[in-house]
Order: sequence, then structure tokens, then C-alpha cells
Amino acid sequence: MTASALALALILTAPLFGALAAMLMGRRGPAIALATIIATAAGTLILLVIIATEGAVHLAIGGWEAPLGIQLRADGLAGGFIATTALVMGAILAVAAKPFAGGKTERRSAYTFWPLALLLWGALNAIFLSGDLFNLYVGLELLTLVAVALVGIEGKRETLAAALRYMMFALMGSLLYLLGAALLYAAHGTLDIALLAERVGSAPGDIVAAAAITGGLAAKTALFPFHAWLPPAHSGAPAPASAMLSGLVPKASFYILLRFWFEAAPDLAGSGVLMLLGGLGAFAMVYGSLLALHQDRLKLIIAYSTVAQLGYLFFIFPLAGGESAAQPWAAGAWSGAIFHALSHAMAKASMFLCAGLIIEAIGHDRLPGMKGIVRALPMTVFAFALAAITLMGLPPSGGFTAKYLMMTASFAAGQPFWALMLILAGLLAAAYLYRPLALAFALPDEDAPAPKAVSRARQFAPLALALAAILLGILSAAPFAFIQIGRPGAAVEGLE
Amino acid sequence: MVLSASLLYGLCGAALIGLGLYGFVVHRRLIRRVLAFNVIGSGIFLLFGAAAYRDPVAGSDPVPQAMIITGIVVALSATALALALIVAHARLARSDALPEDDRSGDPDEGRP
Amino acid sequence: MTALLPVLILATSLIPAVATFFIAQENAGWRNALNLGGALIKLGLILYMLIAVAGGTLYEARLEFVPGLYLLLRVDALSLLFVTLSAVLWLLTTIYAIAYFGPKPNLSRFFGFFSLCVFATTGIALSGTLVTFFIFYELLTLSTWPLVVHKQDDKSIIAGRSYLFYALPASGALLVAIIWLESATGPIEFARAADLRLLDDTSLRIIFALFVAGLGVKAALVPLHGWLPSAMAAPAPVSALLHAVAVVKAGAFGFVRIIYDVFGIALVAELRVGLPLAMLASVTIIFGSLRALQQTEIKKRLAYSTVSQVSYIVLGAALAGPYAVIGGLAHLVHQGLMKITLFFCAGIFDERAGIRRIDQLNGVGARMPFTSVCFSLGALGMIGLPPLAGFVSKIYIGIGGIQSGAPWVIGVLAASTLLNAAYFLPMLYRIWFGEAQDDSRPGERPFGIIVPAVITGLASIAVGLFAGWDLSPLAWATLIVERDYLP
Repeated sequence: MTASALALALILTAPLFGALAAMLMGRRGPAIALATIIATAAGTLILLVIIATEGAVHLAIGGWEAPLGIQLRADGLAGGFIATTALVMGAILAVAAKPFAGGKTERRSAYTFWPLALLLWGALNAIFLSGDLFNLYVGLELLTLVAVALVGIEGKRETLAAALRYMMFALMGSLLYLLGAALLYAAHGTLDIALLAERVGSAPGDIVAAAAITGGLAAKTALFPFHAWLPPAHSGAPAPASAMLSGLVPKASFYILLRFWFEAAPDLAGSGVLMLLGGLGAFAMVYGSLLALHQDRLKLIIAYSTVAQLGYLFFIFPLAGGESAAQPWAAGAWSGAIFHALSHAMAKASMFLCAGLIIEAIGHDRLPGMKGIVRALPMTVFAFALAAITLMGLPPSGGFTAKYLMMTASFAAGQPFWALMLILAGLLAAAYLYRPLALAFALPDEDAPAPKAVSRARQFAPLALALAAILLGILSAAPFAFIQIGRPGAAVEGLE
Repeated sequence: MVLSASLLYGLCGAALIGLGLYGFVVHRRLIRRVLAFNVIGSGIFLLFGAAAYRDPVAGSDPVPQAMIITGIVVALSATALALALIVAHARLARSDALPEDDRSGDPDEGRP
Repeated sequence: MTALLPVLILATSLIPAVATFFIAQENAGWRNALNLGGALIKLGLILYMLIAVAGGTLYEARLEFVPGLYLLLRVDALSLLFVTLSAVLWLLTTIYAIAYFGPKPNLSRFFGFFSLCVFATTGIALSGTLVTFFIFYELLTLSTWPLVVHKQDDKSIIAGRSYLFYALPASGALLVAIIWLESATGPIEFARAADLRLLDDTSLRIIFALFVAGLGVKAALVPLHGWLPSAMAAPAPVSALLHAVAVVKAGAFGFVRIIYDVFGIALVAELRVGLPLAMLASVTIIFGSLRALQQTEIKKRLAYSTVSQVSYIVLGAALAGPYAVIGGLAHLVHQGLMKITLFFCAGIFDERAGIRRIDQLNGVGARMPFTSVCFSLGALGMIGLPPLAGFVSKIYIGIGGIQSGAPWVIGVLAASTLLNAAYFLPMLYRIWFGEAQDDSRPGERPFGIIVPAVITGLASIAVGLFAGWDLSPLAWATLIVERDYLP
């Protein structure tokens, strides 16, 4: 077994076996999660080293080549997402160890959380490593079902309704995606991305297939106008689950969109489609931000912020897709969107974890209750502020690097509209994140009940995530070079 | 043009998809929407199966059939989860529709 | 070594900043030692570098981010002027703040963010590219906010909100301007004139206007000055920081960089954008003085005085003539020394005697002699009494105005001088000749609170009296202009 096969096997199977073990041994959830983290992190590290030194990795499972066999492939993009996921999952599981510790209480959620969380991780890794549209479908379905179950894990009426609403959007999305895949297969006889790239565009139905796939994935990424399910689902789940749902899950469907439009069907994209996607993203950004401004609960603010932040991931399409892909600025726009996806994953997960700790301390997440919380939870509020800096796109965070790259590309492309939208997005983010932060820094009311203590060790996890998002900006040279490995299309020229 | 077997399957699949979509969009009751989801799913699988039979010389292509089976398993588990959630929700909410669609307790029921 | 020194200078502020956050409130000794130590080491390094740069050495350090985005620290004569000023005033303000706060709560947080502010200011001074400048500029905005809201009462929170309300859109404007420029020309380094002619005149004018909007907030140009007076809710050391060490100075410094190192005098003249900026600065000078006259609170009056005085620097830069810019740069230092003296004293009046309004100043000269003398020195310098510091800057800016074909500047300066006299002299009259309301003698103690005021007060006289000396701010400003900006 080669090192790369070992790494891929660890990354793929460790979370799945972990999930199985956690299901069988419900009381040992945290311990199993720790073992899974160690195994997956080891695999991830090996993979990163291999990608960085030898380039993209391909593996045909059992020696069966495409189109018959299942292809695994890990390029820089996949490596970046896998590593970020490992980091984020590690922090989330560390914080979740206490509220979901088995044994002490006979709550059902304590037993179901661990298998679900690990399964979610496995599904994410499967998606990031898949090289054909059908495997992506299976991974995406697994991910969605687990995510829906996580939303409803507490079994309360509102969360069940949120889970069902999510489920309805997700079912529709997966059917659309499957329909698109079926049409593509009917026309080209393969769903392997690399093989499709050579064939797509020839058949008349391709545009319909692409529209179906894009629509389905957009529903799962909560792109406007398919966003309605997201805020109640993400804010209703327990905080560690919210962190996964908001930080990681939508990134998977976005990742498939990237694979599809930039690798499987790069020539299919007309400027109209690209503008539409970008425009919907811009709309989502404004709409989500304005709604976030009007929320009075911390988790709802963060959830609406996700709608907004996912919106501007879609600026990648007008700036780097279609005919722009051959232009010198495309590399910048593409990398900017990836940077945004990665730093948002870390920052948003950190924010939800902070919200969870605040809820533990004061018992709810209504904004007025947060007044003066900085005294009781200084590290948490600091982590929240750092994550906010990333989401606002202020230097020197990863969010700023993303914004800088995308803005430069949009001016170079002669489409300054997107740049102005990015500035607006940053200002709106500052506006809606300002309220919780200002309250946290204010003096507490004198009659307010004293917050419960939260241990420093647990406060450290969200802080580490927020710091990682900042470091992604300060040390952006290496990640930037890394995600370019194996990137199809134009090289990195033209940014100077 | 002769109505070949694969074209027939394809048309049937398309018809099922259309029917299912209609049901999914129109109905508020969650169980019906899940049923509609299954109807659409069947339509897509039929379409997929038709695609497998494109080339009469080589016989049918095994890959789509494998995919259909996988897809059916996925659809089955999705249905199971959806039904479980619906039941749990209905027990608490005394309704088999989402709150925003739920007009059963509303005196304005039936008005446009 | 040439790459190491700028990084070390940044580290002397950053390390105390980060470390201070982790020091428990009770460990005042460690905290003070760390901050004072950092400030002293920094001054030493800067002194070493001053000598080296005067001799012609160049310092550069670079950190790559993504392609086209990198940090560049570069020490030239102009950056040293600013960094020296902020380092000296940082040391004095730290001493003052330790004495001012005494055993008050939340001091680790205060000193942490305070050092972080100075770190950001140092970064601004040393930055060698527009993007580097922007990054530190933003960091300054962020690290100032916790200081403005330090008291955590409603008034401070409102002041903090107003600050962000002005500062964040401004940074958006700044970022658009920078990226618009760079998307046409590639990364812009201050030392290497980029060919802005790749953009057409209209775009360049819009970009310039965006720069003015972006920097105008921190430099408190009318009508972007609103945050500054309300930020007076913060404790006195923060006011000193905002008005003298860091924030408004960063804005004014940015104007000098943009006009001289990004656009260049020739292009500014060609686009005819210098004159409108000079007029805006003049309006600010007059407006700030008029508003200062209307104030009844000491700190508010001083705040509007800052609005007015900082625009001297912008005016000097906008006139784009050698004398004017020498005057403007010298005023960067002069105003800092004078204004910090005034704020130190206002803080002592408030903290030790509860004096906040101007009518409470009656007869305080006899009760608090040291503070009153220092306050008077600062005020007289501000008015521009020859041969004090304010006079020197005004003369140079005036001559510059004539050189640049804008003789009306003399009128602005004269009017401003009269207005300065009109709002400072009544204060001095009350201090020295007013009828004392009570004759208690509030102690001007500890030494830490009074010594910095005395030092800056004396320094503000010295920079005027010895303006002809080789190492005076004026001489250094002349060196900058001769070396870098004269054709």
C-alpha cells in the first residue's frame, strides 16, 4: 500500500468507522471522536505533504479505471478543504465533548450526536475526494441526510419543523442534481469529471443538465432564493451542530459546483448564466445582511450572516468562469473565492461555538442578555471579535486576502460592480456583528444574574479556529500556492 | 420515427417527473410531498435506465443500473428519515404540514 | 540587519501588546515594566536608525502573501519623522497613563490595546506599499475602538459606535481606491513611482477623491470630523493617543504619502486636485476654530482645536510646494507635542480637581501651578506666538502658499491665528487672573502624571526656539523634502 493510498484510506474510512463505533458504543462518544480526529488528522497531514511535494493524487479503487471504477483524486483544492474540515471538526468535537458526554444524562442527543457528527465528516471527505458526479451525488446525499438529522437532534417542535423544511429543499435539490447527472450520462456515457470535460458541450441537452445540477446544488448551498430553510435550521440546532452545518455543509455543495463548472463543463457557461449566479449571490448578500441586522438572537444573526457570506462565494462565476477563465485575473478571483470559503468555514464555526458557550453561560442567546459578557468570557468574546474581523474582510485575516483577490480581479475584469458589492458586504457585516460585540463590551446590568462559568480549555477551541482564520491571511503565501496544485485552466500568471 | 423501447421509457420517466413535480409543489402535507419525491425519483431512474439502453448493438450498459440501485437505496433512506421526522413533528405539532403552510387550525381555511 | 531592524521596532510594540493581555490585573509591576521597557527599547532602536538613515542607509523588510499582495516595511526619512514622534509620545503617555489610572480596573486590557495602537501606528509609519499602509491603518481602527469604549458606559459606547460609523466606510473607500489603482498598475510602492497614467484623468480624480474620503476621517477633515469630539468620552490618555500619538496623525501622514509618493506633485498639479484639497483643509481650519470657540468644556474645545490644527498638515501637503510641505511636516511634530501637553493638563485638571468646564478654570493657576504653566505653554504655542512652535509651522506654510500661487493661504492662517487666540486666551486669563472659587490645593501628584506634561511642554518650546538646530523637526522635515521631493 502506497503512502497516498494509506492517507486516502484513513481520510475516507476513519470517520466512517468512528461513526460505526460511536453508534455501537454510545457512551464512549468523546473517546471515539478523539481517536477519529487523530487518525484523520494523520491521514490529512500525509496527504498534504504528498500533494505539496508530488502534486495531485489519483487513485482508482481496486485498480478499476474510469468510467467503470471509482476514482479518488486529491488536488490542492481537495487538500485545502480536507485540511480545513479536519481543523474545524477537531475544534467542534472538542467543544462538544462536554454537552454531549455520554453516561451522565440519559438524553438521546448525547448518543446520536457522535455517530452523526463523524458520519458528516466522512461524507464531507468523500465529497472532497470524489472524481465523478455520481459519487459526488452519493456523498452529498449522505451529507444532507446527516445534516437534517443533526438539525432535528433535540427533537423539539421548532427544530423538527426546521429539519423538515431543510429536508424538503434538500430532497428537491438532490432530485434536480440526479436528473442533471442522468441527462449527462445519457448524452456522454460517463460521469467521470475528467472524461466529461472532453465531451460536454456537444449534446443539445447539456445546458438543461447543467441548469438542473446547478439549481439542485444552489438549493443545498442556500443561494437566494433557496435560502429560506437555512436560518431556522442553523440557529435551531445545538451550537456544535450549527457550527458544522454553517461552516462546512454548504461548502460541500459549493465545492461540487466548482468541480462542475470549472472542470467538468468549463465551456458550457455562457455569460448570462454566470451573471445570473453572481447576481443571485449579490442579492443573497444584501438580503441576508439586512435580515441579520434585524435579528434579536445571536444564533439567528450568525445564521443570516451565513446566507450573506455564501452569497459572495458565487461572485467566482462571473469573475473566473466561462470566457474569463482564460483571462489573467481568473486565478485571483478563483483563489479569492476559495480563500473566502475556507476562512468562512473557520470563522463561522468559531462564531457558532462562541454562541454555544455564551448560551451555556447565560442560558439563552437573546441579545440583551449578552450585556457585559466579556467579563465572564473574555476569551470567547475575543474569539468572536476575531471571527468577526474575518467575516468583515478586514486585514490581516483570510477574509481580507479573499476580498483583496476578488476585488482586484473584478477591477481588472472591468466589472467593478462586484468589488463594490464586496465593500458593501463588509460594511453590512460590520453593522450586524457590531451589535453583539458592543453589547458584550458594555457594562453588565446590575440586576443581571451572574453568568455560569465556562472552563478556559473549552473557550480555547473557538479561539484557535478564529486565530486560524486570521493566520490564513497572514501566512497566505503557502495556502495560495497549495490550492493551485492541479488546478485546471490558466496558471497563476498575470497577478503581478 | 418509431417508438423505440428506450424512447418509451424516457417519455414515461419524463411524465413521472412532471407529475411528481406538480405534486411536490402543490401539496402542503408533508407525507404527500415525500410521495411526490418518490414519484420524481422513479421518473429519473426510468430515464437513467433508458439511457443504459442507448446502444442496441452492445446491449445494455451496466453502469447506470448500478447507479440506479445506489440511487434507490439513497432515496429509500431519505424517505425513511423524512417519514421519521414527519411522525416526530406531527406528534408534537399535531399537524402534518410545516408551520408556515399549516392552515388546519386557521379559521380562514379555504379562503384564497 | 537592514531587514531585521524595522521588524524589531514593530516587535517592541507588538510583544508588549500581546503579552499584556495575559497579565493579571493585579500584576501592575510586570505590566508597567513590559510597556515601559518596550517603549524604551523602541526609542533606542529608533535613535540608532535615525543616525543611520541620516547617513543614507535604507532599511527594508518584506513578507509575501499571495501574488501581488505583500507587506513591505521600508524606512525612509519621512517614516522616521512619524515613528520618532509616536515612539517618544508613546513612552510619555505610558508613564502618564500609569499614574493617571493608578489602581483602576481593566488596565491589562487598556495597555494591551494601547500598545497595539502604537504597533499599528508604527506599521503605518514604516509601511512601504499602499497595501501595507492599508493593513496597518485598519488595524489602528480596530485597536482604537476598545480604547474609546474603555469606560464601558453608554456615552463611551455611543462614541465608539460613532467612531466605527465614520471609520469603516472610510476604509472601504480607501480599499476601493487602492485596488482600483493597483488593478491598473500592479502593487504600488512608495519608493518607486508607479505609472498612474495607465488610468484616465477622470478615474484618477475619482480615486484621489476616494483617498481623501478614506484618509479624511482619521485626519478629521470637515465634514468627516464628527467622531473626534464625541470620542472625548474616553479617558485622558486615550485622548492624547487619538490627538497626538496615533490616529489623526495617521490620517495626516497618509495625505503626505498619497500626494507625494503615490500621485506625485506633478500629477496632482496636472489633475488640479491639490487646490480643492487645500481649500477643504482651509475650511476645516476655520470651521474647527469657530466650533472650538462655542465649546464650554475644556476637552471639547481642545478636540475642535485638533480638527483645525491637523488640517494645517493637510494644507501644507496639498499646496505641494517645498516650503508648504516642510511647514506641514514640521507641524506634524509640533502639533503633536503641543496638543499632547494640553491633553495631559486637561486630564490632570479633571482627575485631580474635577475641572471640566472652562468657567471652572478661574484662578487655578495658583492652585495647580505646574499644570497651569504647561497648559499655557501649549496654548501659546498653538496660537503661534513667535518664536514658539506653531509660529514656525505657520510661517513655512504661508511662504509655501505664496510659492504655490495661493496667497489666500496667508489670510486663512491669519484668521486662524486670531481665532486660536480668541479661544485660548480667555482660558489662560481665567487660569491666571480669574477669581478662585476655592483655595484648596489639589495635589499635582504623583510625579508620573505631571512629569510627562512638563517634558512635552518644554519640548514644544524647544522645537520652536531651536528650530534652526540640525536635529530639530524642522531641519528633519527640510531633509525629507530636499532628499525625496525636490526634483
